[in-house]
Amino acid sequence: MTTTPADPAPPDAAQERFDATIARGDRIEPRDWMPDGYRRTLVRQIAQHAHSEIIGMQPEGNWIGRAPSLRRKAILLAKVQDEAGHGLYLYSACETLGVSRAELTEMLLSGRQKYSSIFNYPTLSYADVGTIGWLVDGAAICNQVPLCRTSYGPYGRAMIRICKEESFHQRQGYELLMTMTRGTDGQRAMVQESVDRFWWPSLMMFGPPDAESPNSARSMAWGVKRNSNDELRQKFVDMTVPQADALGVTLPDPDLRWNEERGHYDFGEPDWTELAEVIRGNGPCNEQRMAHRRAAHDDGAWVREAATAFAERSAARAREEAR
Amino acid sequence: MSDDLLNSDLGGVFDGLAGGGDSSQWAFGTGFEDPLAGVDTTVPDGVAGADLAAYCLMLGDDALVMSQRLSEWCSRAPDLEEDIALANTALDLLGQARLLLTRAAAADPGAVPALPEGSPVPGEDALAFFREAGEFRNVRLAEVPNGDFAHVVVRLLLFSVARLALLERLRASTDGVLAAVAAKGAKEVTYHRDWAGRWFLTLAQGTEESRRRLLAALDALWPLQSEMVTAHPLETSLAEAGVGVDPASVRGEVDAVLDQVLAVSGVDRPDRAPLAGIGGRTGRDGMHTEALSRMLAEMQVVARAHPGGRW
Repeated sequence: MTTTPADPAPPDAAQERFDATIARGDRIEPRDWMPDGYRRTLVRQIAQHAHSEIIGMQPEGNWIGRAPSLRRKAILLAKVQDEAGHGLYLYSACETLGVSRAELTEMLLSGRQKYSSIFNYPTLSYADVGTIGWLVDGAAICNQVPLCRTSYGPYGRAMIRICKEESFHQRQGYELLMTMTRGTDGQRAMVQESVDRFWWPSLMMFGPPDAESPNSARSMAWGVKRNSNDELRQKFVDMTVPQADALGVTLPDPDLRWNEERGHYDFGEPDWTELAEVIRGNGPCNEQRMAHRRAAHDDGAWVREAATAFAERSAARAREEAR
Repeated sequence: MSDDLLNSDLGGVFDGLAGGGDSSQWAFGTGFEDPLAGVDTTVPDGVAGADLAAYCLMLGDDALVMSQRLSEWCSRAPDLEEDIALANTALDLLGQARLLLTRAAAADPGAVPALPEGSPVPGEDALAFFREAGEFRNVRLAEVPNGDFAHVVVRLLLFSVARLALLERLRASTDGVLAAVAAKGAKEVTYHRDWAGRWFLTLAQGTEESRRRLLAALDALWPLQSEMVTAHPLETSLAEAGVGVDPASVRGEVDAVLDQVLAVSGVDRPDRAPLAGIGGRTGRDGMHTEALSRMLAEMQVVARAHPGGRW
């Protein structure tokens, strides 16, 4: 972080005002005083979200060139373009905390900031485009809808727009799978295989179990995060099972069954060692995703330099003419 | 956080999951409807359906192949804004291609490749995914492989200057579908041309490296430019019938626009002869570069593996 706005009030009074704002459930705005830890937590979370949108363009982008109908090609291209747009709003929200997009990009490329581990899984068939929409975007929405009421104003407002678009993407993904299951046997098998592959990684998108989630408690106290990992994971499972039934696919969990007493579905334990490995950098696509992003950034360096040089020259010429 | 609050938060988001909802704010052509629903698709008097279809394929294949190449840039552009702009351009051209291919299929069902009986594949997709390279009617400028960012800027400039001039005149077509596609397309291609023109100037006057790369791209692509403004006999005859536009008739206008961009950028017009055809045959006749069949192999692979597939 390069610029931290100067503290406008004595910390004690400012801290009280901040605490009161959080307690009332009101928003903190960019010019308000905020504790450094709050600022750092937000930068970490918003940046990670922005990076996820940008890296998330790759697994689906992998199929734009091979989309099997022109309508599907248009839907997919528009979706991946929306992800770039989400990245833009989130980087902008992050900039209100005093970090530039260039610095954030650098932190992504150097591996100091992370992105969602789900994007370190490969897309191996066209059904994955639908499954990502249904399960991955579905899980993301469960995580993100509560963030529309997050305590930091610019983040919450960006999330409102993003959630609307994500829910449209989820509907399109589900609709693709529904259409494919009404097609040939080969297409139905493709859908089932894809769901088998993405089910557990989707459950892992909510993060480790609450007992092992180190940053959760503080984020919840600050109103940055509003629901625990396990609460959201349960919500996602409860919501998804009936959708899977409607689709006619099986979710690959022998322990999945309705629990009358709890009023929720019971489900099995995801493989947390796999999640740890993927986070550690050993996932199926970690290196590929980063290499792709670095190559795009490096290949574009001369263009960004040219644009800067051109803008400077134009500005100098304008000053010259004004004299 | 109470469960009720969570439920109310998530409620509305999932209501529309299996259908319904307003999708009008989304990119054109991504909806769930027939792109030509409600448009009069009667073939105008004095034109053979097969000729109209072939003409639609020329304009439609230009857009489709160009869109495919542009979409290869997705997630690879120098900056997020340029990634979005290139995807947007690819989407616009894809939308134009869909209407034109659908028009071709309606004007001449015989032009649509035969698929297994009962296949649900619509005409536009049968044309896009089940034709061989030699049946594509696009200019070769659209199909050559991508290079660096200067290459995409130059290609889009040469392509959109000529396509815009053509579409502006095609608004007056006696074919209602072509006139409608042209009116919508002209607005889109105006934006594409302006984007490419702005970047052409920026790269020409940016750094030594950007200028060197721009000149190299211009030199490589210039021989492919004249095909955009050279008439195929079919284009000439459809222009005479008031349905199409003779691309040779817009050559002067295209030259003038390009000269203006070159002059502002301080770049000389390349001294390069047009790329020859084979026995006088070029892209419009189905005579392509080696790159097209390779591009189509990727584009068509999933569709061809499932000729009875429903997408």
